[in-house]
Amino acid sequence: MALAFDEYGRPFIILREQDQKSRLRGIDAQKSNISAAKAVARILRTSLGPKGMDKMLQSPDGEITITNDGATILEQMDVDNQIGKLMVELSRSQDYEIGDGTTGVVVMAGALLEQAERLLERGIHPIRIAEGFEMASKIAVEHLESVSNKFEFSASNIEPLVQTCMTTLSSKIVNRCKRDLAEIAVKAVMAVADLDRKDVNLDLIKVEGKVGGKLEDTELIYGILVDKDMSHPQMPKQIVDANIAILTCPFEPPKPKTKHKVDIDTVEKFQTLRQQEQKYFDDMVQKCKDVGATLVICQWGFDDEANHLLMHRNLPAVRWVGGVELELIAIATGGRIVPRFQELTPEKLGKAGLVREKSFGTTKDRMLYIEHCANSKAVTIFIRGGNKMMIEETKRSIHDALCVARNLIRNNSIVYGGGSAEISCSLAVEAAADKYPGVEQYAIRAFADALDSVPMALAENSGLQPIETLSAVKSQQTKDKYSWYGVDCNDVGTNDMREQNVFETLIGKQQQLLLATQVVKMILKIDDVISPSEY
Amino acid sequence: MAVERLFKDEATEEKGDRARMSSFVGAMAIADLVKTTLGPKGMDKILQSTGRGNSVTVTNDGATILKSLHIDNPAAKVLVDISKVQDDEVGDGTTSVVVLAGELLREAEKLIATKIHPMTVISGYRMAAECARNALLEKVMDNKDDTDKFRTDLMKVAMTTLSSKILSQDKEHFANLAVDAVMRLKGSTNLESIQIIKKPGGSLKDSFLDEGFILDKKIGIGQPKRIENAKILVANTAMDTDKVKIYGARVRVDSMARVAEIEGAEKQKMKEKVQKIIAHGINCFVNRQLIYNFPEELFADAGILAIEHADFDGIERLGLVTGGEIASTFDNPESVKLGHCKLIEEIMIGEDKLIHFSGVEMGQACTIVLRGASFHVLDEAERSLHDALCVLSQTVNDSRVLFGGGWPEMVMAKAVDELARKTPGKKSHAIDAYSRALLAIPTTIADNAGLDSAELIAQLRAEHHKEESNAGIDVITGSVGDMSVLGICEAFKVKQAVLLSATEAAEMILRVDEIITCAPRRREDRM
Repeated sequence: MALAFDEYGRPFIILREQDQKSRLRGIDAQKSNISAAKAVARILRTSLGPKGMDKMLQSPDGEITITNDGATILEQMDVDNQIGKLMVELSRSQDYEIGDGTTGVVVMAGALLEQAERLLERGIHPIRIAEGFEMASKIAVEHLESVSNKFEFSASNIEPLVQTCMTTLSSKIVNRCKRDLAEIAVKAVMAVADLDRKDVNLDLIKVEGKVGGKLEDTELIYGILVDKDMSHPQMPKQIVDANIAILTCPFEPPKPKTKHKVDIDTVEKFQTLRQQEQKYFDDMVQKCKDVGATLVICQWGFDDEANHLLMHRNLPAVRWVGGVELELIAIATGGRIVPRFQELTPEKLGKAGLVREKSFGTTKDRMLYIEHCANSKAVTIFIRGGNKMMIEETKRSIHDALCVARNLIRNNSIVYGGGSAEISCSLAVEAAADKYPGVEQYAIRAFADALDSVPMALAENSGLQPIETLSAVKSQQTKDKYSWYGVDCNDVGTNDMREQNVFETLIGKQQQLLLATQVVKMILKIDDVISPSEY
Repeated sequence: MAVERLFKDEATEEKGDRARMSSFVGAMAIADLVKTTLGPKGMDKILQSTGRGNSVTVTNDGATILKSLHIDNPAAKVLVDISKVQDDEVGDGTTSVVVLAGELLREAEKLIATKIHPMTVISGYRMAAECARNALLEKVMDNKDDTDKFRTDLMKVAMTTLSSKILSQDKEHFANLAVDAVMRLKGSTNLESIQIIKKPGGSLKDSFLDEGFILDKKIGIGQPKRIENAKILVANTAMDTDKVKIYGARVRVDSMARVAEIEGAEKQKMKEKVQKIIAHGINCFVNRQLIYNFPEELFADAGILAIEHADFDGIERLGLVTGGEIASTFDNPESVKLGHCKLIEEIMIGEDKLIHFSGVEMGQACTIVLRGASFHVLDEAERSLHDALCVLSQTVNDSRVLFGGGWPEMVMAKAVDELARKTPGKKSHAIDAYSRALLAIPTTIADNAGLDSAELIAQLRAEHHKEESNAGIDVITGSVGDMSVLGICEAFKVKQAVLLSATEAAEMILRVDEIITCAPRRREDRM
């Protein structure tokens, strides 16, 4: 331990309670960090690709998640190691930015670190390695750009989008009906997409799930689904051409925010107060009725009396609708959210062609469908499935598919999947390496080797001979100069990814490489780990 | 260098074969646990709760058993979950689904031991499940158009469901009850309008279906015990001190006289409210909330029957039955829809007095009164009846039925067997295994009945080799019988749900190659 002494020979205390902290320095710190990160990557490695396996995670409360979504696995894994946490962050940022490829990015980072470890053993300085990786990643990203294809699609021709989404879904448990789900995801995205600005607001797509039924029953609803029922059991269950009043004020007497007291000291006051109260309810309902509303959706609760009055005046109502849902309803129906009864006007009402209540199964579960809205730019994907875990996993898969479709709308370049993009990059990086003088050359070559590990993992998970498959594909790519040869995971019989229709988005792939390199650089730069010891 | 620690303390990680082994063992243990309850001769389980009172439940309903278990194995939880969903969705087949999933995993374990990749097993299972479903679809019977035949179908389905439950002694009686009740719903799957009242005493045979509505309440003292041509106002309103709802209101007085005045005003207000209610021209008033003595007395004076504290479901049902609306304000009597019924009277069941509404307008709702020796019997009877009602209401919507007694499994196994022969590659092993797993259900039924399962299954198989066979296991005589003669039927929807959910669950567990268990959340120390 490094100690500093003052002029009298007494040691300076630099770290508080120095002796109670464990400390790792230099090459030891790097090696320990690398091995921790590799351990995380190893866990995810088997989940990669269409034949990847799932992980079962039991949370502290005993809840069970079964998934092969990299981000979800890492998030729920309860990792304690600091470097492990960095990897978790890495996959999370890929999830936020791109939404797909969360497993691939971690596997890539793990492979890079493995290579870095070897270089460290040869005595190459970590910073040089990091710089070499940086250069290599730049080459790879540029190469990806050059091999990418533009994808032509339009509102009427969504087939290319569906194909790409299917690639994403094929690695999930839902691959049984990937075609249906991919179509649903693409249609949902197309419904809300702003094709001119090339932007998609995924907030407009709501994903709801309900246990029961089959996965095939999953449907896309051009409207909103609210997990609520009518406030009064005897209200009509179906409303055609509804004018919806969207309220955020309760059907209750006003509660001024300033503290106040109403004193009752005479009989007259008591009676007038009572009358006022009754009138108040009456006015509220009348106001809704006057503006022509045929359905009231309220964020708050109703008093029993108000409820009956609404029922009485033939004004169906829904209560306790959550804020997010309320906003979606407002967007979909083109209505305005009204905070006070006084501000209700006919223009502020939302319009929907059909509002209906539907019940499910044998238990009393009801949901409200709001369909044929004035502004159809809000859709709901309603997932059915055998059990809760299945629904949760389907939700995650749909999320991935939605993100992929969105990325394609933003940037319609694609690269071929099945590891072909990685192999082609690896070849390009390998070729470029020789041009660099100096130690970085080694690092660049190592980067090329690391790129190979993704198709290797794919082959391994699909039950193929990893080295044999990889070398075969590589030689094919060099020979024909085409970048669409990849690993044949599904045993279709061809290595041509164009024929297999396996596509990935360009930005997703680029992001994977950049993020993985960044994290690896960060880990390599650490040379001192100070952690408090157990207490 | 080894990684020191990746996970938090106490978090465990199981990988590869170990993980698979642990989930197989857990799932099979659960399947074996409920296995003995399958079929008409299945045994019951006693469940003792660890909560206060150590209350005891005797049941053979798979969902109920699994719900009450405390399970730590994650794979076992998946099975518990599918059984719960089966219960919610179709109501019956909760045991079968777990047993089938367990058998599928047992077969899968053998395949994996011979080095077949789990993904291959899964794709084989998927093909087999699809094929089995199609085989069933070909053989379904649909008697929707013929009302009489449809009713006999329903009766058969109900009797088959009930025969594995405690009610099997009086299954005809109860099947009749259940079919009657469900037919009244006219296609709605909303079972809320069928009320089940449990009263200990008498025997199960004394249970009956009442066309009217029975409310488990007493009639107030001094009020008429019998009303003919009743006009009923169903309400949800406060009949205690109707408090001022404006926030922050309070009473502040300076003398006793004032208190008295305000009290008087309050009384006056209540009186007015009662007057308004009476002005509806009713002779029966049912309120969800409490009715204080004072208004109750006023009602009694006016000769009106006032019932307080009817629970929420009761109110909704009553509103539904009598065709009245649930009112909370009483200012415009002309537009409030009143409920009607021919007769309200107090009846006695056992020792308890109940209020009986008969001759109601809408025939949708009805009440089933269950009688039985003890609460345990009654609880189990209710569960059984609930299963039957669920299945029936689903069958009314999807009128396709199949034979029971292991017949559908044999049909499916035969079709799957044929598929296995046609399929090239490793998948055919998995498909073969699927058919073996299907056969496990009739085997278990036979075993539970104490029959020679190996002999019976072989006979059944031979019988099914002929075209259009209706053979199944006749548990009563212990031989192979014609299911169409014995009248053993099951709903197609239930069988399909069993098939699909079991396959889905097995697939889910098979796909797992790693289990990570987080450290259990520590309870806060309360000391």
